[in-house]
Amino acid sequence: MSISLPPSTKNNIEKLQPTGWLRYFSFSLDHKVIGIQYLVCGFIFYLIGGLLAGAIRIELTSPISDFMPREVYNQVLTLHGTIMIFLWIVPVVNGAFGNYLIPFYVGARDMAFPRLNAVAFWLIPPAGLLLISSYFINGAAQSGWTAYPPLSITTPAAGQIIWIISVLLLGGSSIFGGINFIATILKLRRPGLKLMQLPMYCWAMLGTSILVVLSTPVLAGTLILLSFDIVAHTGFFNPSLGGNVIVYQHLFWFYSHPAVYIMVLPAFGLVSEILPVHSRKPLFGYTTMVYSIMAIVALGLVVWAHHMFTSGTPPWMRLFFTIATAFIAVPTGIKFFNWVATLWGGRISLNSAILFSCGFIVNFVLGGITGVALAQVPFDVHVHDTYFVVAHFHYIVYGGSVFVIFSSIYHWYPKFTGKMLNEKIGKLHFAITFIGFNLCFAPQHWLGLNGMPRRVAEYDPQFAFVNQLSSIGALLMALSTLPFLWNVLYSIFKGEESGDNPWKALTPEWLTTSPPPVENWIGEAPLVTEPYGYGEKQARKASSKPNSDQ
Amino acid sequence: MTTVSPINKQSNELTAHKEEHADHRLFGLITFLIADGMTFAGFFAAYLTFKAVNPLLPDAVYELELPLPTLNTILLLVSSATFHKAGKALEKSNSKKCQYWLLITASLGIAFLISQMFEYFTLPFGLTDNLYASTFYALTGFHGLHVTLGAIMICIVWWQSRSPGGRVTASNRFPLEAAELYWHFVDGIWVVLFIILYLL
Repeated sequence: MSISLPPSTKNNIEKLQPTGWLRYFSFSLDHKVIGIQYLVCGFIFYLIGGLLAGAIRIELTSPISDFMPREVYNQVLTLHGTIMIFLWIVPVVNGAFGNYLIPFYVGARDMAFPRLNAVAFWLIPPAGLLLISSYFINGAAQSGWTAYPPLSITTPAAGQIIWIISVLLLGGSSIFGGINFIATILKLRRPGLKLMQLPMYCWAMLGTSILVVLSTPVLAGTLILLSFDIVAHTGFFNPSLGGNVIVYQHLFWFYSHPAVYIMVLPAFGLVSEILPVHSRKPLFGYTTMVYSIMAIVALGLVVWAHHMFTSGTPPWMRLFFTIATAFIAVPTGIKFFNWVATLWGGRISLNSAILFSCGFIVNFVLGGITGVALAQVPFDVHVHDTYFVVAHFHYIVYGGSVFVIFSSIYHWYPKFTGKMLNEKIGKLHFAITFIGFNLCFAPQHWLGLNGMPRRVAEYDPQFAFVNQLSSIGALLMALSTLPFLWNVLYSIFKGEESGDNPWKALTPEWLTTSPPPVENWIGEAPLVTEPYGYGEKQARKASSKPNSDQ
Repeated sequence: MTTVSPINKQSNELTAHKEEHADHRLFGLITFLIADGMTFAGFFAAYLTFKAVNPLLPDAVYELELPLPTLNTILLLVSSATFHKAGKALEKSNSKKCQYWLLITASLGIAFLISQMFEYFTLPFGLTDNLYASTFYALTGFHGLHVTLGAIMICIVWWQSRSPGGRVTASNRFPLEAAELYWHFVDGIWVVLFIILYLL
């Protein structure tokens, strides 16, 4: 598609084209700027969280607690979990790509509420700094990212309260973002664009935002009650004052299980955008994909207690939550087979973007299988709070979401900057990440099955060798960041020009210039009713309507 | 700020594209209220579970007095009606009448808060006495915070709907509608809270 302009508007738009890096530090209302702000800010927190992960792995290379004191170890693992979840994955898969892509996909010029959007982003850096600063005040929170009472009530209060305030701010940011996405997708669609013609990422974001709006407030309320327990010495969750810790767990997991879907559903959507482009085939089973996203949203809200099988849950509850959790495997499996079928027989160009997407499919199916296993009560009781859970979780959020984030950066970098990333370095990045990741986390399944508890700095010496293997994997993961960073920074200045549509993609964001003009479209937004009309389908359509062009 | 503000501002205010897009702020507010309602739902669920699982010792059980909260319920329900009246008056561009009803609504809201405060001072238990007391204060306090915010909003809308110079007019009713929707929501929450906390 060629873009031509009447000369008068061209001049005008060129004048308004934002220049300079300063706008990324401003309270910009442009959804593209906000998307990049989310992405870069999230990546900085990823590096910090990664350093903390490195500290954990260094400590665990030897069975004794020698690298840091135990209290510091607890703080480090709490900060690592909180930063990676609330400051890296959630803001990036939702905020960064959502803000950048959704207005393009619905054919709008901005999000529905640009000011709210900017507020939602600008809550994140202060919340993150607050969280990290707590380490220097009186020690950060020590009770893990779950902050289970009574542990969170008995550990030093200052760090825990700062942790709560920070998570409340981030939750607020997440809710504002969710409201914005729902309004944009449902209300701001270009006239003529039907819901079932939207690119899959819109559906993923709609489902995710519904989860955010329904579940995040419950976490906020729970944390407010927890802060009362810490500051005012009420007894909501304090058994010695007649409170009930199980209620906290229920309320916490009512948010935090959907939180896993908040981290991974947008990743599903992004993969569904990337695979068709690079395999030159339509997305397989669009309709089933939409229904399975919505099924995951509905089921995701009623499976939370499978995190609590060892908390004295009654048998009927165990039965219900086991069955409900097993059911989630069905829509997830549908999506998995749809991706494989999309690749099947396609003209795949094996570039970094699709390599990371395929890495995601492999890792995610492994994490998914251990997830189904963990939903079974007898097995869960055996491996609860062991490294098996750590391995499963990281296969979902790193092997799943983070691989997709990298895939998306390779795919949309030309859109963001107008430059290509270096493919050779990209493939090197993929190889080190994939090997490092699997070396780091696959052995942890074995550790967990053999009874190594998580969140403890010391362990039985018989686990030393496998832990060292895992730490070597972590080292590789850390090293893999270097070629990526170099690639991204170098290519901004010296990268090959990409042109407007280097992948010859059909989704709407590529039907404008790269990087896009301030108002997204020059003239009217194009009406894209078949975002995945590649290959055979395109040919068939052309041959079935031979007269339409005349 | 950005260099792009002139063109961006237009699309943000949704004035430039008013023919294409209806105003979505009310939709956004409804989504927000659903989220806010979920916070209350979490509190209610916690309260009901505490009640079912952690029964208090017999000497700690206290039967709540009903007259004052019943009066409070009536105050809030009437204030919902008077707010509706204010909205109707604004539709007819009768800003005097609108301000009159808004003032009554705000007074009813403030009366509710005073009455609630009075109840707090006369109750025989404090925040940290036992689980029931803590939950009672958390639920009513969180709701009272919402009423306080609502009353402030009503006062702002009242000031802005003054006849010459006010920003809330028959053609710009959104601030009033938003505050009204929020106020009805807070009333609805109170009714649920009243049933769960006082009647059950």
